[in-house]
Amino acid sequence: MIRDIWTVAWREGKELFSRDGGLSGKLGLLIFAAFVGVFLPWQLGRAWIEAPWVTFFWAWMPLFLVTAVTADAFAGERERHTLETLLASRLPDSAILLGKVVATVLYVWGLTLICMPLGLVTINLTHAESGLLLYSASTLVSLAGLSLLATVLGSATGVLVSLRAASVRVAQQNLSMISMVLAFVPVIIFQALPLPWRAKVLTYFMGASISEVVVLLATLLAALDITLLLIAMGRFRRDRLVLD
Amino acid sequence: MSACAIRTEGLTRTFGSITAVSDLTLEVEAGTVFGFIGQSGAGKTTTIRLLLGLLEPSRGRAEVLGFDTRGQADKVRDCTGVLLEHSGLCERLSAWDNLQFYARVWRLPVSERWDRIRELLDRLELWERKDETVAEWSRGMRQKLAVARALLHRPPLVFLDEPTSGLDPVAAAALRDDLAVLARNDGTTVFLTTHNLAEAEKICDRIGIIANGELKAIGTPEELRRQLGSARVRIVGRGFSEQVLALLRAHPDVRSVARENGHLVLEPNRPGRVAPLVSILVGSGVQVEEVHPMRSTLEDVFFSILGEEPAA
Repeated sequence: MIRDIWTVAWREGKELFSRDGGLSGKLGLLIFAAFVGVFLPWQLGRAWIEAPWVTFFWAWMPLFLVTAVTADAFAGERERHTLETLLASRLPDSAILLGKVVATVLYVWGLTLICMPLGLVTINLTHAESGLLLYSASTLVSLAGLSLLATVLGSATGVLVSLRAASVRVAQQNLSMISMVLAFVPVIIFQALPLPWRAKVLTYFMGASISEVVVLLATLLAALDITLLLIAMGRFRRDRLVLD
Repeated sequence: MSACAIRTEGLTRTFGSITAVSDLTLEVEAGTVFGFIGQSGAGKTTTIRLLLGLLEPSRGRAEVLGFDTRGQADKVRDCTGVLLEHSGLCERLSAWDNLQFYARVWRLPVSERWDRIRELLDRLELWERKDETVAEWSRGMRQKLAVARALLHRPPLVFLDEPTSGLDPVAAAALRDDLAVLARNDGTTVFLTTHNLAEAEKICDRIGIIANGELKAIGTPEELRRQLGSARVRIVGRGFSEQVLALLRAHPDVRSVARENGHLVLEPNRPGRVAPLVSILVGSGVQVEEVHPMRSTLEDVFFSILGEEPAA
């Protein structure tokens, strides 16, 4: 099973790199790395390493990136007429699905992990008045962990949407809508809460340590990841995919 | 492996009110090339999808290599190779990577992978261009590569859905020859769908003709010609006037009559009715020199089943 997942991920990875291997693709990746790895740290200075919100930025950032990649998972195969041949192979359903998720996660999370040390180098070159600046071990674990969980969330959502989308464009549109909803729903829910409840929530977050919030967020993301992957597996039906 | 590679009993698949495949019962012997002929939309692709377990039958059952397609579809797919309606190749990848991927899918040992890919690409004359992305290739080359992919893991059974469709006659003939050699070398059973009747006649051991989802006839090309071909005769002689032709057309035993290159081509309604018709010709003043029975083609059989006249 692991071997089959890895086989699918191998091909997805090859396709991802060949897609982004053109001049525009390379330029896009370069601009992204320059913005997140150089421009933002240079502008924000020490806050890029020390401010508590940076942890949440790294959790949000892969979500933005992953949707652009993952829409292609099934809708792209359908457009390129490669899906039916893949479905007619000996690969189990879960290997096809998880292989696509793994490839996207490794690609996006890898890009995120490259931007982290790049940011550190930038900070140390531009704002190193008092010696070497580094993330603390706990911050590093939080950044890596949250960004991984967020990438899995984005990837699982993308695969789920892509399963039924008629084209990559439709999948991308649907994913943009979902991203908007995911971004605004917590705010709307918070606004809709009765005033005493809102006060309680605010008190909790004001009083909580950053590590408590990270653990809470990580638990929430992990639960969402597992739920979405299970739903995607449930919706993966070869006959539906062939007829779609 | 069972001696029968494919066995279906009353296999039926409906989509709403449309019946794509209706009550299909057939057997395909292992090690043979079976041609499934029909017009576009006749039910050929749906049949392949049913046999691969990609679609569930609405009624009936199918067994492929001894495995039930309903409950053991994964085992069926484990033992088969496919070239479906589209080549299914990743166009962004090179030919080499495409075959590498499917070699990994079929778990070919690493030591064997390289040799097998080289063997197939060499035989199909694609080796020199293995590092080019498939998107740069012609349709003929892609189809060849897709055939290589289908045979890569030496499956006992391959499904080929219109493998020469859209190819020019030279490329189609080359692919057909390659396919026949590759399949026979490995002793593979081939289930081939096509609407190219000449192609089916050349490479198939047995043929099934499907129309509107129903299997209309099955047998070797020779059996089909004998059972369903017409009993046309070519009459060489002089004096085939319009009046004589009109006389024959009005005769109840005549299905068709036409002048071809100065000869008369006559098709009686039933075999054995030629002599009385020749007598009529002679009685009308025609000088009959020779009467030759004409060999039916698979095209004649196909059109007689569909109840249509072949295009001139």
